[in-house]
Amino acid sequence: MSSVQVRVELPAHLRTLARIAGHEVLVDAAGPPTVRTVLDALEAAYPMLRGTIRDHATQQRRPFLRFFAYQRDLSLDSPDAPLPEAVASGAEPLIVLGAVAGGCAAGHPGLLAWSECSKPQGAWHC
Amino acid sequence: MAQVRLLVGTRKGAFVLTADGARKNWKIDGPQFAGWEIYHLKGSPADPNRIYASQSSGWFGQLIQRSDDGGNTWSPVGNKFAYDGVPGTHQWYDGTPHPWEFKRVWHLEPSLTDPDDVLAGVEDAALFRSTDGGQNWAEISGLRKHTTGSAWTPGAGGMCLHTILVDPGNPQRIVIAISAAGAFRTDDGGATWKPINRGLRSEHIPDPTAEVGHCVHHIAAHPGRPEVLFMQKHWDVMRSNDRGDNWHEVSGNLPTDFGFVIDVHAHEPETLYVVPIKSDSEHFVPDGKLRVFRSRSGGNDWEPLTKGLPQSDCYVNVLRDAMAVDKLDSCGVYFGTSGGQVYGSADAGDSWTAIVRDLPPVLSVEVQTLA
Repeated sequence: MSSVQVRVELPAHLRTLARIAGHEVLVDAAGPPTVRTVLDALEAAYPMLRGTIRDHATQQRRPFLRFFAYQRDLSLDSPDAPLPEAVASGAEPLIVLGAVAGGCAAGHPGLLAWSECSKPQGAWHC
Repeated sequence: MAQVRLLVGTRKGAFVLTADGARKNWKIDGPQFAGWEIYHLKGSPADPNRIYASQSSGWFGQLIQRSDDGGNTWSPVGNKFAYDGVPGTHQWYDGTPHPWEFKRVWHLEPSLTDPDDVLAGVEDAALFRSTDGGQNWAEISGLRKHTTGSAWTPGAGGMCLHTILVDPGNPQRIVIAISAAGAFRTDDGGATWKPINRGLRSEHIPDPTAEVGHCVHHIAAHPGRPEVLFMQKHWDVMRSNDRGDNWHEVSGNLPTDFGFVIDVHAHEPETLYVVPIKSDSEHFVPDGKLRVFRSRSGGNDWEPLTKGLPQSDCYVNVLRDAMAVDKLDSCGVYFGTSGGQVYGSADAGDSWTAIVRDLPPVLSVEVQTLA
């Protein structure tokens, strides 16, 4: 199967972890590219990212991350759905975006934009 | 000349604090992994340049970092913590069955003899082991599969395995503690486990003397006398003289026996340290005074250690893995606070100085004594 070069934009913490300079990386994804094939290619190129975007066991998107592309939220789409042509052509990046968050005393992201967090995390007390 | 190296995990990164044997002038390096929660770092007793760190975030999950040069540079290693088989359920807060879900690594315990061999205590409670320097992790599943496992419940901070004590004379014998299941011991390298909670009494559970269900906050032992265990329970400071088979209370004259940390002097097995916290609803030191309490008699008789510590308007907490002792002749004692201070004593607790005052909230403190 042919591959295509896809631009991927990552959150700052993951760029630091993978030692990526700049906001984007180019990955060779099996075509036609999907979220799954792009992330497969990304993780093959940067193994330290395994488990940070998708859960190791379920391969599900982590709850506080979203996938955006070409002004669309693809987070709830099938990971096997073809990405927009603008992404496949390299005109636009696939954006992995961290939830906007802050201000939570218990140490969890305290989402402002989404309401997927409902249980305490990392409270260190009992 | 001897050196000490403190490994400090905080809410927003890791810090490495170093000093010579006088322990007066400290060099502060960090943050490493800035912005990430560093629940714990610990160096290998067999190779002090080998250090493991637990790095996690609500966004990006769990990572394990490894340094082979004493904390100067780090590389991510394996972060796949898969429960053995179908993990089943434990009890949720409301008593209903809840699936076992991996969340984070609370504690890393490198082997005493092999730098590549390391144990990890995780939430939801389980014990993992790597024998290849952290690249691959396998669950020691006999613990989680104990017959009581389905009845374990989380504390408010999650169902975490936070304490791992390996017997220096017999590495097949390991004591662990889980909040809020209690303490367990294996004598066969992890194949089988027994709850070791006899003598604990917890008024907040339906059966105060139940076999499991106790909120153990931390356990410590002197490496030269591993059969004697000291425990800071949710409430109560406890002692066992028989590897945890039986416990008795040694809270004695403490102003409150709630707390998180407990540790043992490096050269005096009967000298203990705790930091009493006001209560389980007010997680700060009582009366606005930061006091370490020391017992030189194995418990019951405690003296407040205050010299150099704030004695007014102080409302910090000291979390369960945030105290450590060095091995120098005059034993050094260190602890970190929720206010970002790391305090040290070079004279076994008689006097204290703030090594650094304004770190992010401190989650853990470990110390390496270097030749």
